[in-house]
Amino acid sequence: MPEIWQGLIKAIELIVTLDPEVMSIAGRSLTISVTATLLAAVICLPLGSLIHFNRFIGKRTLINLIQTFYSIPTVIVGLFVFLLFSRAGPLGGLNLLFTPAVMIIGQMILIAPILLGLTVSAFSGVDKAIPDTARSLGASDFQTVAVVLKEARFAVIAAILLAFGRAISEVGLALMVGGNIRGFTRVFTTAISLETSKGDIELSIALGIILILIALIINIVLNRLQQR
Amino acid sequence: MPLIETVDLCQKYDRRDILKNINIRIDKGEVFALIGPTGAGKTTLLRLVDLLEMPASGKIYFDGRDATESKRVRFEMRRRMAFVIQKPIVFNISIYDNIAYGLKWRGVKKSSLCQKVSSILEMIGLSAYQDRNARTLSGGEAQRVAIARAIVTEPEVLLLDEPTANLDPLSAAKIEELITSIIHQYGTTIIMATHDMSQGQRLANRIGVLINGGILQTGDPREVFTSPKSREVAEFVSVDNIIDGIIVSSEEGIVAVDIGGNKIIEAISSYPVGEKVYACVRPENITLTLSKTTSSARNSFIGQITQVVSVGPLSRIEINCGFRLVALVTKRSAEELGLEKGRQVYATFKATGVHVLREN
Repeated sequence: MPEIWQGLIKAIELIVTLDPEVMSIAGRSLTISVTATLLAAVICLPLGSLIHFNRFIGKRTLINLIQTFYSIPTVIVGLFVFLLFSRAGPLGGLNLLFTPAVMIIGQMILIAPILLGLTVSAFSGVDKAIPDTARSLGASDFQTVAVVLKEARFAVIAAILLAFGRAISEVGLALMVGGNIRGFTRVFTTAISLETSKGDIELSIALGIILILIALIINIVLNRLQQR
Repeated sequence: MPLIETVDLCQKYDRRDILKNINIRIDKGEVFALIGPTGAGKTTLLRLVDLLEMPASGKIYFDGRDATESKRVRFEMRRRMAFVIQKPIVFNISIYDNIAYGLKWRGVKKSSLCQKVSSILEMIGLSAYQDRNARTLSGGEAQRVAIARAIVTEPEVLLLDEPTANLDPLSAAKIEELITSIIHQYGTTIIMATHDMSQGQRLANRIGVLINGGILQTGDPREVFTSPKSREVAEFVSVDNIIDGIIVSSEEGIVAVDIGGNKIIEAISSYPVGEKVYACVRPENITLTLSKTTSSARNSFIGQITQVVSVGPLSRIEINCGFRLVALVTKRSAEELGLEKGRQVYATFKATGVHVLREN
């Protein structure tokens, strides 16, 4: 017990004094996951609107498939990305394995189903008469999509936040394709798992607290949004 | 040249015919009411006219141009119209922004946009609430915003789908008032769908009766209501008494219609002897008396009251005269005469109050 208390006090000290090691890991984590989330959103939002606004054979099946991948284990995505970017893999020539870039790509793949699926359901939540109302008032196709997106804005933001939460909190993928290289690919989760196994629990607790704080902030914002 | 013309317009959903060979011409400045029961295809026709969907076959001309030509053409034409759909839909933003949307999409400059939106807000009496989220409005207010949002773009054609459906009488009256002022102020060509015939009568200068996907009759409101051309139209414009018979004599424009049971209805008609017809009598044209009176009215039948139902200030009285007859009298008359179930009365109506319709 005293060990844990000591660890906690030390951890708070690390945070309050803005320990360079802690700050660099936090900064890197945030940079990688924010980048992954934004890039994935830029791709998935238009793709989701394409799925929603077009009628095609297999639409229902596609949506079901996307929803199935909501809970895909991170290590499976890790394995897939590892095989893709390993020396012998089809994209091995890019030499990206164990870099932040490949971690971003991995996280994008991981959260794409959530973003896609939740975007589609956010659009479905918008009254069916909204697009027609917009068009009848003279909106072009593009302006119509913009209106629907605006109507669905709270649900879409919620989707993005949820995706970010999944990206920043996963460990399997970051470890497998990032390699937990100190000062280069070491992020919250990989650092916590490594430091804990080394017995250095102060750093783990400090990083854990920051991670929980981020989760808390996301949750508060989400709640606010859902109340609107 | 009509502003809008449809030629043999047909629409199908899942191989089911929704509209069949619709041919209508609407001139600039006209207020045209499409009346018909729910499910007749009124909304579909409005959607086709607004070019929101493509017809299964047939053509739509807007200002002389074929709208089925290309998507680009349809988009340009749609921008010259505005369509207020049945369910009042407002966007989840402020009232002001709701109304400004159509102008923003057309790239209207901010200063002119502000001025236009403000003057429309004043017209619908919601200036004080312009910053409120439109979702907080009541149904009637939302409908006013929806109409304001449509006319702020100064459309050449305004399409209204059941503008007062689902509204309380007071809100409905306000909407009608708003439509009337639009007609006077802007002279906009209006096509409105309504199942409320009296509304069509009040607002429109021409009426088209749409039943079962086909236009059965067009004409000025009076004509449609007093001289329906078919049984379906007669039923829809609430001619409660549609009695079938056969013309047995015709003299100087007055015909005698044998309705069976040795009963004859006299009416004004030019159909020849032997023609199978319907004699249509509006219930408000029937006078009820307790004793036989001498009057100029050509038709009088004795019968027994089978049902009395209150309809607002009126009583709807069903009489069995050997055939069923429905009369509409004021509640006060009904009380004074003691009209109740089982009572014997004389039902009297003039030959000019009978509209004779050929059986199709």
